Amino acid sequence: MSGHTAPSLLLNDEQKMLSKTAHEFIRERGAAARIRTFRDSNDEVGFSRELWNEMAELGWLGLQIPEAYNGLGLGFFDLCVVLEQSGRELMPEPFVSTLLLGTQALLLGGTDAQKKALLPGISAGETLVTVGYEEAGSHGDISKVATTTRKSADRFELSGEKVQVLDGHLSDRIIVSATTSDSAYTLFLVDPTQSGVAITRQSRIDGLNAAIVRLEGVSVTVDDIVGELDGGASLLQAVCDRAAVGLSAQMLGASEQAFADTIEYLKEREQFGVPIGSFQALQHRAVSVYTELALTRSVVLAAARAIDEAPDDIARLASLAKATASETFMHAAKEAIQMHGGIGVTDEHDIGFYIKRAQATYMTFGKPSQHRQRWAELHGY
Amino acid sequence: MGELETFRAEVRAWVRENAPTSLRGTSGSGPFEGYWGGSKCEETDPDLLRWRDLGVEKGWTAPSWPKEYGGGGLSHEQEEIIHAEMKAIGVPRPVAGQGLAMFGPVLLKYGNDAQRARHLPGIARGEVRWCQGYSEPNAGSDLANLQLKAERDGDEFVLNGQKIWTSHANLSDWIYCLTRTDPNAPKKQMGISVILADLDTPGITVRRIDLISGYSPFCETFFDNVRVPVDQLVGTENEGWTIAKAILGHERSSIGRSIARQPGSAQQEVVARARKHLDVADGAIPDPLLRDDLASLGMLEEAFHLTLARIQQSAASGTPGPEGSITKIVGTELKQKRFELGMRVAGIQGLGWEGPGFDDDDLQYTRDWLRSRASTIEGGSSEIQKNIVSKRVLGLPEGKK
Repeated sequence: MSGHTAPSLLLNDEQKMLSKTAHEFIRERGAAARIRTFRDSNDEVGFSRELWNEMAELGWLGLQIPEAYNGLGLGFFDLCVVLEQSGRELMPEPFVSTLLLGTQALLLGGTDAQKKALLPGISAGETLVTVGYEEAGSHGDISKVATTTRKSADRFELSGEKVQVLDGHLSDRIIVSATTSDSAYTLFLVDPTQSGVAITRQSRIDGLNAAIVRLEGVSVTVDDIVGELDGGASLLQAVCDRAAVGLSAQMLGASEQAFADTIEYLKEREQFGVPIGSFQALQHRAVSVYTELALTRSVVLAAARAIDEAPDDIARLASLAKATASETFMHAAKEAIQMHGGIGVTDEHDIGFYIKRAQATYMTFGKPSQHRQRWAELHGY
Repeated sequence: MGELETFRAEVRAWVRENAPTSLRGTSGSGPFEGYWGGSKCEETDPDLLRWRDLGVEKGWTAPSWPKEYGGGGLSHEQEEIIHAEMKAIGVPRPVAGQGLAMFGPVLLKYGNDAQRARHLPGIARGEVRWCQGYSEPNAGSDLANLQLKAERDGDEFVLNGQKIWTSHANLSDWIYCLTRTDPNAPKKQMGISVILADLDTPGITVRRIDLISGYSPFCETFFDNVRVPVDQLVGTENEGWTIAKAILGHERSSIGRSIARQPGSAQQEVVARARKHLDVADGAIPDPLLRDDLASLGMLEEAFHLTLARIQQSAASGTPGPEGSITKIVGTELKQKRFELGMRVAGIQGLGWEGPGFDDDDLQYTRDWLRSRASTIEGGSSEIQKNIVSKRVLGLPEGKK
C-alpha cells in the first residue's frame, strides 16, 4: 500500500446485492458445461446472444458506461463484481473482448463521435467491439507491432495480421494497433466488413472465441484513430491494465468455483471407507489454496478500487492483481484436477475446463513474470 | 465527519504531538514490540519510559479495557484507530506483551471481578509482566496432552510438573498455566484448569533455553510442590480448555499482526541488502531471477497487508469473515521468505556468527534469520493452523492425524 490508509476493500449494500443477483442468474443460466455444448455443436457464435441481451437488460453491460452513452455511470469496481461471477462459470460471452478491451479503449481514448456511435450499442448488448493486438511474433509484448500503415493523402492503409483476436469472428468493430512511424504505433477502429479484412475463426482450449484478422490495405481515416496519432503504446498499456484487473476478477471467481467444487468432492468421495477430505495430506493442500484465494480477493478488490479512485496506483496494483490471480487460478485448477482423481481428467467432468481457462488467462494481458518485472521497475529496482 | 473520524483526527494529533521523536519509525507497532515492563524490567531509555507514562495516563495502553481496570473504556474500533495511528508513524505501543495481548482479554472474559481488579491494572500500567505456561515436553502440537498436575489440598492447589517454551519466564512476574486437575477425565480436553501463579512462589524454578539463533527468550519452568491459593483458579475447574482455546485465538491473531510491519518494509529491507552486497547503488538490480524473487516477496507482502486491512474493515463493519484464521500461516511464511532472500543476497557475508570480518547488521540479520524458523512452530504450528482452517472454515471431516 502506498500511504498508510488502505483503500476500502468491502462491497457496499448495492454491490452485495448485485453480486448475489449475478451469482444466482449465472449459476442458473450460464453453467460452465455450456462450453462443451458450444464446442461439440461447432456453434457459429460460440456463446449465447440471448443471454448477452438479457444481461444487457439487467444493466450489467453498461454498468461502467457513462449515462450520456446510455450506461449506468457506475465504476469499474461495480463491473468487477459482475465479472467475478461470470468467471465462476467460465462464461464464453464477450466480457473480455467488449467490456474490457473495446469499452476501455473507447472510454480512455475514443472521440465523442466514436463513443456515441458504439457505447450505447455495447450497453444494449447489440454491439461488440474488440481489440486486436496480439501478433504471431509479439509473444505477449504489446510493444512489438508488425502491422504497418501506408499514408496516402488523408487516409491510412493498414496491412498485417492479428491473431487470437477475442470474438473477432463476430465483432462489429475491431480496434487494431499499427505502426505509424519508426518508433510509434496508433490504434485504429476497423469495420470488419470493409474490403481487405479477412476473418478466420480459431479454436482455443479455453472456450473463448477468437479469430485471425488479416488486413490487406484496409483504408481508414483520421476519424478512425482511437486516442492520439502515434499514441497507441500508452493507450494500449492503459487498456491492458484495466483489462488485466477485470480479467483478474474473473480469475478470482473461477478459482473460487473450482475450489468450492473440489471441497464438495472431498466431502462426498469415499475411499478406504471414509471421505477423502478427512485425509490430512489433502486438507493441508486445500488450505493452501484457500489462503491464496483470500490474498487474491484482497489484491483484486484493491486494484479495481484504484481504477476508480487512485489513477497513480493502477499500474502497480494491476500487476499485483494479475500476477497473483494468475498463479492462484493455476494452482487452484491443478489441485482441483488432482483432488478429483481420475474423473478430473475426463472430458465428461467440467472441472477440466478450469485448467484450460487458467492456462489461457495466465498468458493474457501479461504473464506473472512480466508483471513481476514491471513491479520491480515501479519500485525502483 | 463521523464520530470515529473525529476521534481519529484527535488521536492523530495527540500521537504526533506526544510520541517521542527518537521512537518514530522504529516499530511496526505490533502487540509484542516495545516496552514489556514488569518488576524485573531494566529498561532505561527515558523516551520509552516517558511514552509508557503518557500512554498509561491516557488509558491508551489498553484502550478497550474498562477504566476501572486501568483501560481507556473505548470501543474496539477506537482501539484499532489508536494502534493504526501509532503504526502510521512507526512508534511502538506504550506498553506491549502477553499480558495486554493475550492474558488480559481472557481474564476480562473468564475471570471474576476480584481477579480482574487484582491483575488487570498492573498489566495496563506495565508494572506486572505475564508469561504463558502452555506447552510441555510431551504436549506441543498435542497441547491437550498436558500433564502439569494440580491437586486440591484444602484452600490450595499443589502444582507438580514442567512447562516448556515459557517465553521470557525469567523476566516475568506471573504465569498463567494450563494444569491437569482431573487425570481421570474421559477426554483429555476435559479435566484441564487455568491456574495463575506468582513466579516467586517457592518451588518454581526457571531455566533458559538457548535457541539455534543464540538467543534465549524461551525458558523451561519447573514446578515442585508449588502451593497456590484456590482463588487463583480462572473460570470453572476442569473446564479450562475453552479458555485455553480463546487465548490461542488471541495468540494467533497477535502473531499474524505482529509480523505486519510497515507495508513494503520487507521488500525495502531485502532490496537494500541486495544493493549493499551486490554493490549496486541504484537502478535496476542486474540479476533478473533475483528481481523476480524480490518482486514475489514484495507482492506477497502487499497482498498480506491488503488482506489484514480487509479483515479489519469487515470486522469493523460487523461481519468478520473467516480469513482471520490464515493471518498466522501467511504472516510467518512471509517472514521466513524475507529472511531467506535476505540471506541469499548476502552470500558468504551472511555466514558470520560473531567477531571480525562481519558487520553488526549482517551478524544480527543472520541471528534473526535463524530465529524466524521458530515462527511457523510457535503459537500453534502452521500444520496445526491448517488443521483448524480445514475443520472450522472448510468444514472438512476430521480424520486421523
